[in-house]
Amino acid sequence: MDLHQVWFVLVAVLFLGFFVLEGFDFGVGMLMTPFGRVSAGDPEAHRRAALNTIGPVWDGNEVWLITAGGAMFAAFPGWYATVFSTLYLPLLAILFGMIVRAVAIEWRGKVDDPKWRAWADFGIAAGSWLPAILWGVAFAALVRGLPVDAEHHVRLAFGDVINAYTLLGGLATGGLFLFYGAVFTALKTAGAIRDDAHRFAGRLALPVTALVAAFGVWSQVAHGAGWTWLVLGLALIAQLAAVLLVWRRASDGWAFACTALVVAAVVVLLFGALYPALLPSTLDPQWSLTIYNASSTPYTLKIMTWAAVIFAPLAMVYQGWTYWVFRQRISAEQIPPSIGLARQAS
Amino acid sequence: MDVVDVSRWQFGITTVYHFIFVPLTIGLAPLVAVMQTVWVLTDNVAWYRLTKFFGKLFLINFALGVATGIVQEFQFGMNWSEYSRFVGDVFGAPLAMEGLAAFFFESTFIGLWIFGWGRLPRAVHLLCIWIVAIATNVSAFFIIAANSFMQHPVGAHFNPETNRAELDSIMALFTNNTARAALSHAVAGAFLTAGTFVAAVGAWWMVRSRAGVAAGGGGAQAAGVDAATMYRPATILGCWVALIAAAGLFFTGDIQGKLMFVQQPMKMASAESLCDTATDPDFSILTVGRQNNCDHLTRVIEVPYVLPFLAEGRFSGVSLEGVRDIQQRYEQQFGPGDYRPNLFVTYWSFRAMIGLLLVPVAFALAALWLTRRDRIPKQRWFSWLALLTIPTPFLANSAGWVFTEMGRQPWVVVPNPTGDQNVRLTVAEGVSGNSVGMVVTSLVMFTLVYAVLAVIWFWLIRRYVAEGPLEHDAEPAPPAPPADDEVAPLSFAY
Repeated sequence: MDLHQVWFVLVAVLFLGFFVLEGFDFGVGMLMTPFGRVSAGDPEAHRRAALNTIGPVWDGNEVWLITAGGAMFAAFPGWYATVFSTLYLPLLAILFGMIVRAVAIEWRGKVDDPKWRAWADFGIAAGSWLPAILWGVAFAALVRGLPVDAEHHVRLAFGDVINAYTLLGGLATGGLFLFYGAVFTALKTAGAIRDDAHRFAGRLALPVTALVAAFGVWSQVAHGAGWTWLVLGLALIAQLAAVLLVWRRASDGWAFACTALVVAAVVVLLFGALYPALLPSTLDPQWSLTIYNASSTPYTLKIMTWAAVIFAPLAMVYQGWTYWVFRQRISAEQIPPSIGLARQAS
Repeated sequence: MDVVDVSRWQFGITTVYHFIFVPLTIGLAPLVAVMQTVWVLTDNVAWYRLTKFFGKLFLINFALGVATGIVQEFQFGMNWSEYSRFVGDVFGAPLAMEGLAAFFFESTFIGLWIFGWGRLPRAVHLLCIWIVAIATNVSAFFIIAANSFMQHPVGAHFNPETNRAELDSIMALFTNNTARAALSHAVAGAFLTAGTFVAAVGAWWMVRSRAGVAAGGGGAQAAGVDAATMYRPATILGCWVALIAAAGLFFTGDIQGKLMFVQQPMKMASAESLCDTATDPDFSILTVGRQNNCDHLTRVIEVPYVLPFLAEGRFSGVSLEGVRDIQQRYEQQFGPGDYRPNLFVTYWSFRAMIGLLLVPVAFALAALWLTRRDRIPKQRWFSWLALLTIPTPFLANSAGWVFTEMGRQPWVVVPNPTGDQNVRLTVAEGVSGNSVGMVVTSLVMFTLVYAVLAVIWFWLIRRYVAEGPLEHDAEPAPPAPPADDEVAPLSFAY
């Protein structure tokens, strides 16, 4: 395996880490308002219980994306430059979503006022739905290919980004993260909210499975490699296992692990479908961006490999420790009263 | 306006905006860590309350710094893709390493710190904020190492086959003399910002508490105690940090300036509105121009000896090249073009940066004088002066960056006079081929969203400063971790 391949795998791993971790953050953000609406008891306590399942970890989870972006820039600058300038508008929407979501999560509890919280909840919901769907659209567009010319520039048409395949991709990731968020909440909470999470996950199971299966099969048939059939198979088996576990309410931990595996497998499938291209050209396969023609020099790749080998496992260790520290379930009853200030000084 | 101008406006607005919050984060994280350390070591509740109080302000600020930071990383590819292609082999590495070696630590341990009160053992919890504090500064190192490559490219050569700059030595990139000077300067600026913030908020509360004592009534006794045990120590801590940082700023700024006279003579000539080459030119304190170019300048107030010292550390015998001559030289060297930065902005941002630095220095000296030998000031003017001082280091930081970034125009990578001359790029060459309408759309959206968030940020900070340390912060959290129940009792929740 040469360094170009190593870095292709590493970028895939970083995105995999991002989607496996941030995927349930998005899901919880998407479900926060519904959790408040259906439960018996104080809706605000339920929303807060949901939010606090991701409270200590969401920021660390997001760093996987920042590092993935940095790794694209460092290892494959040609890819980074072409993709980011071409998918300008979807990335812009993702950025706004993530900005609004970050401040809404952090500032929601700062003011003890229903109107303030309603705005924050809107920010969290919008900031979770937008990226959850748009990442699917963006990755589907990459796998499908863009009209890359000989100079690695793209003259984008609307249909290159928005078409049946990319929309299915958006629905699949959006649905999968929604399901994932419900499964995660079931794992991390106790009491009425956990029952709600089970119920949501149970209802979402079939439509989400259909979306993921449809997107997975389409990706595989149209763009996949031979070995990615195995990955697709694994994704589908894990998804079915997750559905059965959710329906039987057998084990929250296993249901979560299976769903995480589905997310991981979908990412591997998409990157596997790309390989060895980074961005296939729909005009002429010769013009595709590949791990060789869009990469950095061997020296830079070597330096970066050292940095990744040292710091990425370390990050996994202390992030893992964070999950261990906050391993206990949360219940709406045990949420402490809001310590936010009133809007007006007394 | 063409796509270069619009993209520059967007990058300028988003970056200056991002760097409103970042210096406070970089400087305040270590200060909060110091406060918490004092509490852990002495068990003095006053320092616990200060930690919680400034910790809350820190977190309000931190959120916006994080939220706007991700835009920065994406924008190189979105708006400056030709630049990214040209320098990616060099410039991407420090950005990726920032994520791996700094931001992962920062973001993970900030969560542990926020939610870890009463759950982690005291020492471990203290370690978390120290890791955050160190990581924010390591973060600054990687970003400034990357930025310094734009100011003074080292450790790389131009490869004509791939038509881009390629990295020869990461160590050369990281030990770039420009990076060392700029990092220490920017970090000193961050400590000035945070020191001033702590000192000013402390001073405002000190005067207010003392006034409460004078007015009498319930709680007056407690307020008087707070003034002596909390606000006065916080003010003094902040003042010393600000003063040391200010001294550091003068020192590192001087080093940086001397480097810049050699590395980017055009920037420094513009900063001095020095149009023609001269020996021992006077330092301009006030120059007025009508059309923002060399042909319509009137130098109103000048002082001798300063400029030669700034450039070379001598008072005479220094010859400095003027804007017109450098322009001619560059045209011969790099072909026809306008190599002059915006004269007005360069000149005034340089002066604003230095002038604004004097305000917190004056405030810190006044505050130290008024709090000498256990004194607790009660002057109302002093508490107002404190509040008015808070914005000045923020503005000085912005002015400094506007100066250094706009002063390098039209370059995005300024050619290194002693390096590979082909490692150079202008902003016009670096921009993405986006449509103007699309970038205008994003520019307008960023401006609107950022403006709304800035208003909320300011309102929240003001509201929390005005509320002061809260009563329920008075009880220190239990140091032992909770029992291993299946459901966690939370000591803190969003």
